Amino acid sequence: MKKMLIALAASAAVLGGFAGSAQAEDKTKVCFIYVGTTTDGGWTQAHDIGRQQLQAHFGDKIETPFLESVPEGPDAERAIERLARSDCKLIFTTSFGFMDATVKVAAKFPDVKFEHATGFKASDNVATYNSRFYEGRYIQGVIAAKMSQKGVAGYIASFPIPEVVMGINSFMHGAQSVNPEFKVKVVWANTWFDPGKEADAAKALIDQGVDILTQHTDTTAPMQVAAERGIKAFGQASDMIKAGPETQLTAIVDTWGAYYIKRTQALLDGTWKSEQIWDGLKDGILTMAPYTNMPDDVKALAQETEAKIKSGELHPFTGPIKKQDGSDWLKDGEKAEDGALLGMNFYIAGVDDKLPQ
Amino acid sequence: MRIELERRPGMSGFFAIVSPLVALALTVIFGGLMFALLGKDPVDALFSFFIEPLLEVWSLHELAIKAAPLILIAVGLSVAYRSNNWNIGAEGQFTIGAITGSFLPVVFYEWHSPLLLPLMMILGMVGGALYAAIPALLKARFNTNEILTSLMLVYIAQLFLDWLVRGLWRDPAGYNFPQSRSFVTEGVLPEMLSSGRAHWGFAFAIIAAVGVWFMMRYMLKGFQVVVLGQSERAGRFAGFSSRGMIWFSMLFSGALAGLAGISEVSGSIGHLQPSISPGYGFTAIIVAFLGRLNPLGIIASGLVLALTYLGGEGAQLSIGVSDKVTRVFQGLLLFFVLSCDTLIHYRIKVVLGKGRALIAGAGR
Amino acid sequence: MIIEAILLTVITASTPLVIAAMGELVTERSGVLNLGVEGMMIIGAVCAFAVAQLSGSPLIGVGAGILAGAVFSLLFAFLTLTLVANQVATGLALTILGLGVSGMLGESFVGVPGVKLQPIAIPLLADIPFLGPLLFRQDLIFYLSILLVVGVNWFLFRTRSGLKLRAIGDNHGSAHTLGIHVIRTRYLAVLFGGACAGLAGAQLSLVYTPQWVENMSAGRGWIALALVVFASWRPWRVLAGGYLFGAVTIGQLHAQAFGIGLPSQLLSALPYAATIVVLVIISQNRRTTLINTPASLGKPFVPDR
Repeated sequence: MKKMLIALAASAAVLGGFAGSAQAEDKTKVCFIYVGTTTDGGWTQAHDIGRQQLQAHFGDKIETPFLESVPEGPDAERAIERLARSDCKLIFTTSFGFMDATVKVAAKFPDVKFEHATGFKASDNVATYNSRFYEGRYIQGVIAAKMSQKGVAGYIASFPIPEVVMGINSFMHGAQSVNPEFKVKVVWANTWFDPGKEADAAKALIDQGVDILTQHTDTTAPMQVAAERGIKAFGQASDMIKAGPETQLTAIVDTWGAYYIKRTQALLDGTWKSEQIWDGLKDGILTMAPYTNMPDDVKALAQETEAKIKSGELHPFTGPIKKQDGSDWLKDGEKAEDGALLGMNFYIAGVDDKLPQ
Repeated sequence: MRIELERRPGMSGFFAIVSPLVALALTVIFGGLMFALLGKDPVDALFSFFIEPLLEVWSLHELAIKAAPLILIAVGLSVAYRSNNWNIGAEGQFTIGAITGSFLPVVFYEWHSPLLLPLMMILGMVGGALYAAIPALLKARFNTNEILTSLMLVYIAQLFLDWLVRGLWRDPAGYNFPQSRSFVTEGVLPEMLSSGRAHWGFAFAIIAAVGVWFMMRYMLKGFQVVVLGQSERAGRFAGFSSRGMIWFSMLFSGALAGLAGISEVSGSIGHLQPSISPGYGFTAIIVAFLGRLNPLGIIASGLVLALTYLGGEGAQLSIGVSDKVTRVFQGLLLFFVLSCDTLIHYRIKVVLGKGRALIAGAGR
Repeated sequence: MIIEAILLTVITASTPLVIAAMGELVTERSGVLNLGVEGMMIIGAVCAFAVAQLSGSPLIGVGAGILAGAVFSLLFAFLTLTLVANQVATGLALTILGLGVSGMLGESFVGVPGVKLQPIAIPLLADIPFLGPLLFRQDLIFYLSILLVVGVNWFLFRTRSGLKLRAIGDNHGSAHTLGIHVIRTRYLAVLFGGACAGLAGAQLSLVYTPQWVENMSAGRGWIALALVVFASWRPWRVLAGGYLFGAVTIGQLHAQAFGIGLPSQLLSALPYAATIVVLVIISQNRRTTLINTPASLGKPFVPDR
């Protein structure tokens, strides 16, 4: 019995030694936590590509461990704490649902810096970062109104959160700038990621007569359906041209790499500060996939719109805009405040869908 | 050559203890092989999976947090399964229990009182039980298969939660994100020890396990459960009501699942949101079987399964395996446990030809 | 022509359900409850996709899916028929293992555009107005699904082997005494169920949405299980039930697109609620239920010698 215990202790020590030797040396650790898998072709993959760009940029100076498929909820807090305990100096938590967990863990580890994507709670060592996806949606709206013959677009939406509602409104506003009578049909898939459901939603929309498709869900299924049915579509989160070589007009591509590099540099320089960042096209946090499958004049208009947004000449939410219920929202020339956008829970006039209240 | 089973006259006590260990050993061996095939050092990998989570206090706390709902739900399920009522909808009962338990802190959000927490727990149990009453009713009155009804109700419960937190119960100060108000401090299940975040949910789980063990071993109810589960006719001859058992077992397991739900929401999250469970209700089914439907065994199997979750997460960081490996591990573990369990009731005979045979498990 | 378009979508959505349910029907008719349909389906989906990609032929992919489902079901068969393990637990284990293994196998195939199985038009029949394009200009897997329903119905109720299988499902003890080989027949039934589930999976990754994504079966295996029960284990009712479910699933999306103002969660819940309602209605008719329920379903069988 005693011998067995000694043997057990010895083997534990040896194993501990093995595990210890697997530890890293003196590189700074910049860590990531993902809600999906790195191969999901959508949201998480885009973040991971950003991470790879970050790693490539700094080479031997940093290490970028990550945890994937972490469900939002109780597991998130543990996973984030695990990263904090593994000597990570900067942790990017890449999903809205990690918000409270991030804040809680950050309170316990004041020397570690945290950055939470798409959230709104910040603290001394928690920053938030977000991307102005709605800028891309506006451009898509402009293109859609130009390309659509029937004047109706189909919108496969995921969940009625402000980001998605913002996207619909921006899309409509962009379309209305070309065709004030433009209509959009919205289907709520209640998922971010379910190819079967997205394909069915796409088919339903097309059967109901739309001739342009856009999505706020992550798989390429709607693009494939659009390709089969011969209508044009917009990609989401990544360039989906491979799924629809003659179908994709453009896509909003999440390009987080530049942002990650910027913030890591700040960490290494010792200048990192907690901020609530909302970058847009001009900062490169999102890019539009090449404008394809459209006539040259539409392409030119799209590029012009993009340039105007980048220069600040055009803000997608500039008045006069009325709300769906008829009340005034923005006066002539008035630009929407960030706060109003972040909590957006209403439609602008012209959208025919009803939001769950 | 064929494999034959010889029924043992009684359960083999030896194998009842040895078989889960054999299964664990087999899983470790196959797992090691799998890691080697993936190009990782098997020893390192197995260490990450099974030993590393046990080495730090915070990790032990996380183990308790992860295991608590699994054990609590599984204990309730074990009663249901032993009575031959296959409640597969524990995930849905968990969700509804979380909702009913959250009613007070969300709707009466200014109410501070030491009564809040106990009331929440009770409401959670009531909610879970009521939701399980639906498949119970359908089975008792209409003879509808409870596996399928309870399963369908899971999807409905999840959609209901989603609808609630996006609309009616949405936090007005939450930028319209799908979250309820955060619970006041009196509504948060406190931590048990200051060294980590393990909350009283774990205590509930252990208490429930011991309680159920006692019930099954020493109380008439436990006897009824076992008899009706093995033979409805025998139970009827003894005067036990099988319909009554449907109600009891479903409501009981539903209540425990509901308690797990509100404990999790109150202790680990602090508000309601669309995703409150990474599939606890389904994983608990496995925990119940791995613990061989015995509450004390369930405590062990719950901890082991929680270990694989934590280990899998740690392994992602330390050796870089993907998270799918965790699921494969769990599936393998369950498979081996189920296979080895055969040895408890049967001797395995491999008949090689006329008159020659190899017998496994002979003599014990 | 919107009706036709909607029906086409419903057909695509319902086909995998019907196929998987038919396989499980045969399995359950022999007295075995295999809850691992979801696992077998997803394994079929990943293998079908992978092989179709590597070989360039979706047809070979279909074959691979069928084979993969069958081989995977062997695990279940060995555990529950030879080692007499608990069927419910083993089925669940199969599902978990299937989801995990398929995720691992499919990792390098995510985001790769798939090769779609092309429709085959049946000459002459395909030209019938309305019905023609709907029923006779479909892909191979759809035709197989109809053949399955017809074939299984014929096999179970018009052949001696089918009778023997049903006898085993009703009373394996008596069947064994009569000299029917219970274990062997059940092995075949389980393999058939696995093959069907694999075929259903192939439909998902080669027809429905030609791509591979983890967990893309999205619970369809469980729906197939429900279908078997509320069809009272009768093939034609499986067909009807499958299409009903597909119709409700697609219908709710159309309702949204059309602008019906009900909450989307309510509409999404409709298929599941509908299943429960139909389950209750069917179970009410005790006679039909009793006649058709395989009495030995889920009970372990060990022959005494």
